[in-house]
Amino acid sequence: MTSSPHTITRRVLGIASVVTAMFGRELQAQSMPSSSRNGPAKSDVRLTVNGQTHDLALDPRTSLLDALRDHLGLAGTKKGCDHGQCGACTVLVNGVRLNACLSLAVAREGDSIVTIEGLAADGKLHPLQEAFVKHDGFQCGYCTPGQICSAVGMLDEIQRGVPSAVGDLAAAPQASSVEIRERMSGNICRCSAYPNIVAAIMETQGKTEGRAG
Amino acid sequence: MAQVIGQAIDRIDGRAKVTGAAAYAADNRAERMAFGSIVTATIACGHVTSIDANAARRMPGVLLVMTHGNAPKQAPFQAKADDRHARPKPQLASDKVEYFGQPVALVVAETAETARAAASAIVVTYEKAEGAFVLESASGAAYNPGKGPTGAPSDSKLGDFDKAFADASVKIDAIYKTPYQAHAMMEPHASLASWQDGKLTVTSSLQLVESAHKSIADTLKLEPDKVEVISEYVGGGFGGKLPVFGDAILAALAARELNRPVRVALTRQQMFHVTTHRPASIQRVRLGAERDGTLSAIAHQSLAQSARADEFAEPIVFSTRSLYAAPNRMTSQRIAALDLPVADSMRAPGEAIGLLAVEQAMDELAVRLDMDPLELRLRNEPKEDPEKKVPFSTRALVPCLQEGARRFGWDKRQARPGQVRDGNWLLGMGVAAAIRGNFLREAEARVTMESERHAVVEMDMTDIGTGSYTVFAQIAAELLDLPVENIKVKLGHSSYPDTPGSGGSFGASSCGAALHDACTKLKAKLAKGEGAQGLSVTGSVKPGDDYKRYSQYAYGAHFAEVGIEQTTGEVRLRRMLGVFAAGRILNPKTAHSQLIGGMIWGLGSALHEDAVLDPRLGAFVTQDLVHYHVPVHADVPQVEAVLLDEFDAHANVLGSKGVGELGICGAGAAVANAVYNACGARVRDYPITLDKVLPALTRRQG
Repeated sequence: MTSSPHTITRRVLGIASVVTAMFGRELQAQSMPSSSRNGPAKSDVRLTVNGQTHDLALDPRTSLLDALRDHLGLAGTKKGCDHGQCGACTVLVNGVRLNACLSLAVAREGDSIVTIEGLAADGKLHPLQEAFVKHDGFQCGYCTPGQICSAVGMLDEIQRGVPSAVGDLAAAPQASSVEIRERMSGNICRCSAYPNIVAAIMETQGKTEGRAG
Repeated sequence: MAQVIGQAIDRIDGRAKVTGAAAYAADNRAERMAFGSIVTATIACGHVTSIDANAARRMPGVLLVMTHGNAPKQAPFQAKADDRHARPKPQLASDKVEYFGQPVALVVAETAETARAAASAIVVTYEKAEGAFVLESASGAAYNPGKGPTGAPSDSKLGDFDKAFADASVKIDAIYKTPYQAHAMMEPHASLASWQDGKLTVTSSLQLVESAHKSIADTLKLEPDKVEVISEYVGGGFGGKLPVFGDAILAALAARELNRPVRVALTRQQMFHVTTHRPASIQRVRLGAERDGTLSAIAHQSLAQSARADEFAEPIVFSTRSLYAAPNRMTSQRIAALDLPVADSMRAPGEAIGLLAVEQAMDELAVRLDMDPLELRLRNEPKEDPEKKVPFSTRALVPCLQEGARRFGWDKRQARPGQVRDGNWLLGMGVAAAIRGNFLREAEARVTMESERHAVVEMDMTDIGTGSYTVFAQIAAELLDLPVENIKVKLGHSSYPDTPGSGGSFGASSCGAALHDACTKLKAKLAKGEGAQGLSVTGSVKPGDDYKRYSQYAYGAHFAEVGIEQTTGEVRLRRMLGVFAAGRILNPKTAHSQLIGGMIWGLGSALHEDAVLDPRLGAFVTQDLVHYHVPVHADVPQVEAVLLDEFDAHANVLGSKGVGELGICGAGAAVANAVYNACGARVRDYPITLDKVLPALTRRQG
């Protein structure tokens, strides 16, 4: 487990969103006395996604994931569990990976969010996207946007020297297959394309994997 | 004609998948779309006595609360049908609760947040009845389902097993247990239903579009032409999307009531009960052999859970009938009806758990014979199918074992457990055979020339990650002599030609053969001088006699090396190799992915996966991805699959066999056998968790 400030923030937010999900009605009743015929009063939020600014009026219970998918039409970010257990909804918030299902959209005011739709610039695929296609780093493709966004953030964490459970704490972490597997374990792939995903990520680092036999 | 079939090309839908452009069921939206949230039963058996939905109905934005009290009348459920996945699936049909997690209400609201809050505000009271939930206690109520999925009888006998087993020089008689397992595909089941001019369109996540089309139309008592079912991208299936579930039917009913589109998605937690699972099993395997390892007697008997609400007979013992030679044999399949959620097919139903038992039993026999377990398998290679007494169409188990042994370094394996160490880790190697039945189903495909150089392929087949889009483009490209980029493949609409869909590893071969026929006929027309523009031909395939005249299976051999931490009993896979022969491989890249995926499923079945049942409630305790453990990146080091060249002329015109399920078959047994080889722990109760390994480690050190 990493110990960067971002990780702590993510945990705290995770708890906050769980509390809200459990007591959504009560919180809403206390803080939003005026509800319309169609539901509770909306909260205004400005989200910056893939470089574009969007002003939204959202149900305060709306997760970042649902805001992206159902309010901004960015359905590339997937809902696999809605509980931060599978990683399919991984996006980059201020460059750090985050499970979009564990954050309320209203908490992301002012943040810069990048989704899978924002990785390819001017129609040219991100090197990780190209490598995933080349190495067949997916089958059904449902976890893929999350895997790719997670890989972008994960490689940046290694670059910044953020330690992991498998590395040597005294040395700068390297993008080895062991490190990559450890750091990508929050992204489940039930098709189990794991060896191909790791090969794709390693290739973007100019490295290759050994063989099993 | 350029060779395109068999080339390892990238998936043609790859770009859509890595950019997020591929639209899965719940990614679709519609104008004025409302959101549905399902309420599920919190008892396993009994009746709903009241539903208090007043608080829910009062919530602003709630549009509809549907319960058995106001649900529209639907066609009744049928216990038996030729196609179990095409049966009506009525929802909220009565106050009766047949399993924990059964849908008892649907809330539809303007927003997903309101629907969820309102669903949680509904209070359901029940009258609980006694239920039977435990397979071990139900053996007295076990019964013979009569036959397996291919029509073969549940029981088989050859020679005199009892006498041969009694006379055998060396014997194994062991009971193996496999737990409930969940498909746990990444995409939860979801459906968007909308009505226009009396016609229903359901966009859903399905493996079998044609069956779903019939199921939905019949449930709602609609003419088939009044229903369109669409499933263009499917986020994993593994058998868990063979049936239609409440999301599709309830979305359709609610959309009609409200006259606006409704989307219903299951939550991850709901999937564990609302949908199907692989049943738990108890298996007895008896092997009798001569001192030289020649098998004289084989018996494999299975007992598996079936739901009282809907019978399903996991075909556990069927492949054992074809795997090894022995003159005296018996197999039997029994099931017990329990008041649990519905069991159904999950990746390689039968073999996936049957081989966990049989292939570990072979390893146990090898230990008792003091023989290399690989050699034991070579020694019992049959010359023809031992029970059907017909030739094998192809059989490459021996070459797979030999090639795998060479590549894996099997000769470095130490016969006695506990001989190899790496620091605090004990290392061991295991081997197991893979066998998986090969099937061909009736299918149709249409190919249309859009221009002189561009063709469109249409089928109601699905691509659940298997590579359907890509291999069909390759087949059409080769036969029509066009570049792959010039082939557009359109799948997953019920209005396209009928196919058997994705299941049982028969998809690529069946649909591919139908497409082969369509392309061949289209080419003949072009050769006769018919204009290409707009020319359209539908081809088809029907299974012939070769399925009776030949024993058709795909084969393979698994090799696994594990490490066991000697103080904690933690088991870690170190490397794994599978060598397979599955006829002609249509695309080695996508086939390889399916095979390593299957092998990793085997790893999960050996070490991780366990849907734990609460025997008091008749419910699975493990209701999410934190508690139901599937392999993650950190569990999966080097896993490699190698494909041997093969062409099965008796399988279909393409010479291909299915690979989607082959990889899991036997893989878990190789891991289990490696665990024994590492430390001497013989764990017959899957999964092999550290608590089951520790006693052997304690004995070693004791």
